[in-house]
Parts: sequence; structure tokens; C-alpha cells
Amino acid sequence: MNLERRLLIEQGGAGHRGPELPGCDVPERPLAELLPGVRLRGPLRFPQVSEPEVVRHFIELSILNHHIDRGMYPLGSCTMKHNPKINDEIASLPGFALSHPLASDESSQGSLRVMFELQKVLAEITGFAAVTTQPSAGAQGEMTGLLMIRAWHRSRGEGERRTRVIVPDSAHGTNPASVHLLGWETVTIPSGEHATIDLQALERSLGDRVAAVMLTVPNTLGLFEPRILEVTRLAHAAGAQVYMDGANLNALVGLTRPGDLGFDVMHINLHKTFSTPHGGGGPGAGPVAVARHLEPFLPAPVIEERDGKLGLCHDRPRSVGRVHSFHGNFGILVRALAYILTLGPEGLSRMSCTAILNANYLMRRLAKSYELPHAEHCMHEFVLSGRGLRKYGVKTLDVAKRLLDFGVHAPTVYFPLIVEEALMIEPTETETLDRLDHFAEAMERIAEEARTAPEILRAAPLTTPSRRLDEGRAARELKLRWTAPSGAPDSAPLTRRS
Amino acid sequence: MGYPEDVRYTAEHEWARLEGGVVTIGITSYATEQLGDVVFVELPEVGRMLEAMKPFGVVEAVKTVSDLYAPLGGRVIEVNSALADNPALVNQEPFGEGWMIRLRPAKAADLQKLMTGPEYEKMIEEHQG
Repeated sequence: MNLERRLLIEQGGAGHRGPELPGCDVPERPLAELLPGVRLRGPLRFPQVSEPEVVRHFIELSILNHHIDRGMYPLGSCTMKHNPKINDEIASLPGFALSHPLASDESSQGSLRVMFELQKVLAEITGFAAVTTQPSAGAQGEMTGLLMIRAWHRSRGEGERRTRVIVPDSAHGTNPASVHLLGWETVTIPSGEHATIDLQALERSLGDRVAAVMLTVPNTLGLFEPRILEVTRLAHAAGAQVYMDGANLNALVGLTRPGDLGFDVMHINLHKTFSTPHGGGGPGAGPVAVARHLEPFLPAPVIEERDGKLGLCHDRPRSVGRVHSFHGNFGILVRALAYILTLGPEGLSRMSCTAILNANYLMRRLAKSYELPHAEHCMHEFVLSGRGLRKYGVKTLDVAKRLLDFGVHAPTVYFPLIVEEALMIEPTETETLDRLDHFAEAMERIAEEARTAPEILRAAPLTTPSRRLDEGRAARELKLRWTAPSGAPDSAPLTRRS
Repeated sequence: MGYPEDVRYTAEHEWARLEGGVVTIGITSYATEQLGDVVFVELPEVGRMLEAMKPFGVVEAVKTVSDLYAPLGGRVIEVNSALADNPALVNQEPFGEGWMIRLRPAKAADLQKLMTGPEYEKMIEEHQG
């Protein structure tokens, strides 16, 4: 057995530790004596491990994992691009990394400046009047945006009546979930021709009970909505607001601005488009940009500039309130600003153009081996269908598993729901032609294997640290807590050195 | 492949079987193939009134989460409590032990509006092109 693959609590032993601290120069007294009457817990059983044991443990975990630093990660809609290391370095500068969220405005001018400037450049990139950087992810951004829309309807005396949100079936799955969290009702409308929005269906669904229309642009098929101006016009004429899900902003930067198209609110996933580390649960950041009429409702506090000095303004009577403690995930905001300033306006639009070019290159090449349900030029991602492989007894899931053997993370599978056996592929702009070709060759070989050796695909992956997992059983028989194996030596509770 | 002919079908892949004035409802084998391993089924409370073609529950599978639609309206008189401990029944016997709810229909004649086995099979074939 690989020793490093044990849990930390199963490694080391009593007294194993990293730094050796000198003995305490004041006499020790029991905690219970110092805090009488307080319900103190007993000693906790922490792992006791030396520095090399800790290092090896986490290096081993990083080897077991697939991540963007190891190989291509074409996970559709997630924009798993390379995150330039200089952004981490800048975020690690002591002035940022050690700044305290409770420090006074006076002593936080640098950190406030970073957030203030980031809000300004995001507003410029998206074409909106103002931005909040509090929300910590796209879905929280969606909810923050909907809260502001609700506050706006309430301010006009229509809050009680307008409780429906129209969401096309090509939208992100989080949209209906955000609507539900507000206690509102989702009205799903089917896609029309070319899987883009059906204006007739939209018009039929609009009315005096509709609070908002949510549109994902480009949509989950990677297609640009060609009739956005009509959507925003129809929605506004019916008294509704239009929300743009900006998860796919990577295709649009420097090419078009949602604010100019008539959208009222959008969120931006900094951890996708603006290249901050993500995957494995974050942290991310989902700033929300709003048009002028929604500015009073932004989460408080907001940063204001007076006489060249920045300060937090809490006097925001119409604000929807805080949506995150302190300033959101500040380290992510630093990375995003560093990325934006490094690329500049030209670099950012080249980023989007290259993302679109890479996706179209792969799409045309793979359309020879897989079904391509929507053959229009795509934006930054595209959706193939694995249903042509069904006759060999092979599913999209098998293709996804087999890709792992080629050192590539699987694409998003079985989403969007409107394509059967869907494979949603987003190469991003940071993959070279050589890497794109490697991915395409792997996909072509897998299509060939489906015909000639389908049993390989059904058994895949063959070379990963863990073979195919029983996902059904893993979800049905949850084991949420580690228990000591019987007969194992009891690891001693942490003892203090005197 | 053939679907049972003693039940009627919806376009949302539910089936309904009328026996002695009570309608038993579940999802089809095609639905379970599409969903993959079912890991959780959320069902309504006994006594709730269901509206035809409105969601009455949720089926959660490894691949996706999907609403369940009532093939016809009526009052829920029983739910399959065995699914709480063993949701795999839905995969193993979608037309049998994997049933989901029983209801007393508001209008039993509405069953005739649903698809027959051959009609449902035809719809699936057309969908698969």
C-alpha cells in the first residue's frame, strides 16, 4: 500500500511535529482553572505528523487529482483555462495577503483601491453602470441580481405581483435554482430554431406577473443569441427585467457589451473568464454588474471615492443588504485585476477570439467522428452527441471515462439536457494547437474503439489511480465519517511539551 | 423493445395503471435508462391533490435530477415507501416494485387520453431518429 494514501490521522505518531518551540517561560496552569464555569471540551485528537510526512501526503493527493496544471480540462461552461502564476504571486504580496478586513478605511487604501478599480474595469468591460464584488460565486451572483430585481419591482409597487421568471431550456441549470431560492416560480420556455430563444414562446409567457427573463449568452450550446435586442425590448415593454447569466463571458470580452444590448443585470464569474484558480470548490467570485436604475439596490457597503480617498459607505437605505462577510473573496479579486491589467483591452479581446477559434477548430474536426446536433459556428464551446455510439453499446459516459486514460479531463457530459448523450467541450484559449490536436486524436481513437473494441470503453478508465467508480452506490450508501479501523493502535491525543 | 400494454404513457416518460378505481404511477424503463442509477426519489404526502401534468415529485439520478409529472389529476392515497431505503428498485423494476405513487383519479376516463404501449414506443423511436 502507498503509505501516503492513508489519511493524515493514520500517519505519524505521538510527538511527531514540524517546528520545535522552546518551552513556555511562564508556568502552565490548567485551562479549567483559568476559565472556571466554562464548558470546555476534552483534548482533540489531531494528527501528529512531521513536516516531510505532511509534504508527501499533499503532494501525493495532488498527483492523484487531475488539474489544469497537469493536463487539458475541456469542461464545458466551466472555462478551465490556465491561471497565470504571476497573479498568485501578486495576491500573495504581504500588503494584500496580510490585510485585515476590520482595518480602518484609512489603513486599507491599497486593498480598497484594488476592489474599486476592479469594479470600474468590470463595468467598462460589461457596459454597466456599477458593480458589486461581494458575491462569492456565479450562483450567489444570480441570487444577488434577482434580489435587486425584486427590490426594484417593490420600489414600483409591483413586488407582490411579479413572481415569475422566464428561463429558456438552453440556460444554465443554476438559473431555476436561484429563482426557487427567492420563492419565485420558473417558467421554462423551449428553444426555437437553431436552439436559440423562441420569441413567440417568450412573448406568450410575458405578462404582468413576470419579474424577469434570464438569458445565458452564449447559451449552453455555445451559440450566440442573435435576437437579444428583441428579447430585451419585449421584456421591458412587459415591465420585466432582463438578467444575463455571464458564465460564458469568456466568448464576449472586447467583442460586445451586455449593458449595451439592454440587459439590466449580469453576473461575472471571475474564476472562469478572469482566470483565477477554481475547481474543487473554490473560492470563486461572482461580481454582479447593474444598469443605472438598479444601482441604489447594490449590496452594502459600497466603496466611494472622496478627495482621492476611498471609504466604505454604509448609508444605503435601499440596498438589498450584505451578501457576504467583509469584502467577498478578496484574494480572487486581486488576481482578476492583475489578469485584466496584464492583458489590457487588446489582449482581452484576443483572449475571447482565440477561445472561439479553438472551439470551432475542434468542433469541425470532431464532427467527422461524432454527431454535431447544431452545426452553426460556435462561440467558446460546442456540444457533440454520443448517441451515434449507442449501436455499439457505448454511452457518452464511457467516452468521458476513457478520455482520462489520455491525460485529459472529461468534458461536461449529459448537459445541456436538450441534447441526447451530450458532450459539452470548452477548450479555452490557453491550449496550443499541439494540445488541441492531442485531444482531437484521443477523441477520434475513442470513436474508433467504440466500433472495434467497445469493451475497452465500458471498462475505462484503465490507467487512473482509481478505476471506474460505482457512482450509484456512492450516492446511495453515504459514508460521511471516518471511523478508526478495529484493532488499530489508538493515536494518542496531542500532548503539550513542557 | 416493447413496452407493457396494460399501462398508459406520458410524453414525460411516466406510466399509469388503472386497477379497481386506483391508478398506480411510475416511470418507464426508457426513463431509467436515460437517467442512469436512481439515488433518491422525492414523493408527495398521502392526501395531496395532484393536478394533471404538473410536477408531483423529483427523481434524482447520478446523471441528472428530473421532475415527475402526474399523468392525471387526483388524490394521493399511497406512496411507495420502499423507495426511501432502496431507490435502485426504480432501475430494477420500473413497471413493478419500482412504482412511485397510487392515486384516486379525479376523472379515470382521462387515462384514455394517454399513449398506449405501441404509441409510446413509436414516440421513442422517432425521438431517437
